[in-house]
Amino acid sequence: MGEVIVITSGKGGVGKTTTTANLGTGFALLGKKVVLVDADIGLRNLDVVMGLENRIVYDLVDVTEGNCRLKQALIRDKRYESLYLLPAAQTRDKNAVNPDQMKVLCSDLAEEFDYVIIDCPAGIEQGFKNAIAGADRAIIVTTPEVSAVRDADRIIGLLESEGKHDPKLVVNRIRPHMVKKGDMMNIDDIIEILAIDLLGIIPEDEYIVISTNRGEPAVVSPVALASIAYKNIVRRLLGENVPLMTIESNEGFFYKLKKVFGF
Amino acid sequence: MLEFIQKFFGKEAACSKNIAKERLRLVLVHDRANVSPQFMEVLKDDMIKVISNYMEINEQEMEVNLTNTNSSVTLVANIPVNRMKRSAFQQE
Repeated sequence: MGEVIVITSGKGGVGKTTTTANLGTGFALLGKKVVLVDADIGLRNLDVVMGLENRIVYDLVDVTEGNCRLKQALIRDKRYESLYLLPAAQTRDKNAVNPDQMKVLCSDLAEEFDYVIIDCPAGIEQGFKNAIAGADRAIIVTTPEVSAVRDADRIIGLLESEGKHDPKLVVNRIRPHMVKKGDMMNIDDIIEILAIDLLGIIPEDEYIVISTNRGEPAVVSPVALASIAYKNIVRRLLGENVPLMTIESNEGFFYKLKKVFGF
Repeated sequence: MLEFIQKFFGKEAACSKNIAKERLRLVLVHDRANVSPQFMEVLKDDMIKVISNYMEINEQEMEVNLTNTNSSVTLVANIPVNRMKRSAFQQE
């Protein structure tokens, strides 16, 4: 039996889909058999982030409604061995699926795959309930902003009340020079407020934009900072003890000197 | 001059992250209290249990509320006391 992991956040735009794509591809690069499930019915995006938008025939709702077999709806990513995508339906709404159907779907997938990674929609309504229904564990993505951390706190409470304990936190889009200046909450600040375990930190990285433009997850890059950060998280999920990335600001003594004297 | 030194070492008094953290702390006190509507009732029941060891109180007229001002959240409890229990003092 594989493990079902849901990637959630409450707030939109904090990096759930990017995180889903990169963790999934990261597992696949290490030879694990992975399926990514886009649970954002009506607003599918994981397909374009993965660069698989032209290969969709059937979707998640076709599977739950019995219009096709599960295997027919799975898109195999030809670039990486053992990586599959189950796309969301684009022309339906969140109520086209219910939590019980998702539980069945997740357990069917967990029989075939080592990891089932679910991209949860923003919000706390039906779509959220569907996405978490079949999950064994949850990863919460947040950014160092008041609104995102507040929503993460709400999600932690909702997961708890649904019996999903011990979620792990990923803090995305950290800007080292702002943290250093005291103009952005740091990891300790966020952990102190949310009181859950930290799984990893992802620095703000322009390469994410480039990789999304190309439809090729950043984790494939051997050098990008975000890629290294995602690889570290994958290894932690596999049980390895990987130290946190030291996010160094490239603003040293001379930068400050320049700034103070205004040149 | 002091300002200059503070600027140089990047320790400006009002780091905006501290403002963010403080605002977040306040908003979460309320969010977390509102997550379950039973929260205040459970708290009230527990308070009654503890206080009843020491005094007789009017449970019907008891009021427990979270109130917030601009800078803090306060738990305000208004508990009418009917009489003190002598037994609580004799135990000492």
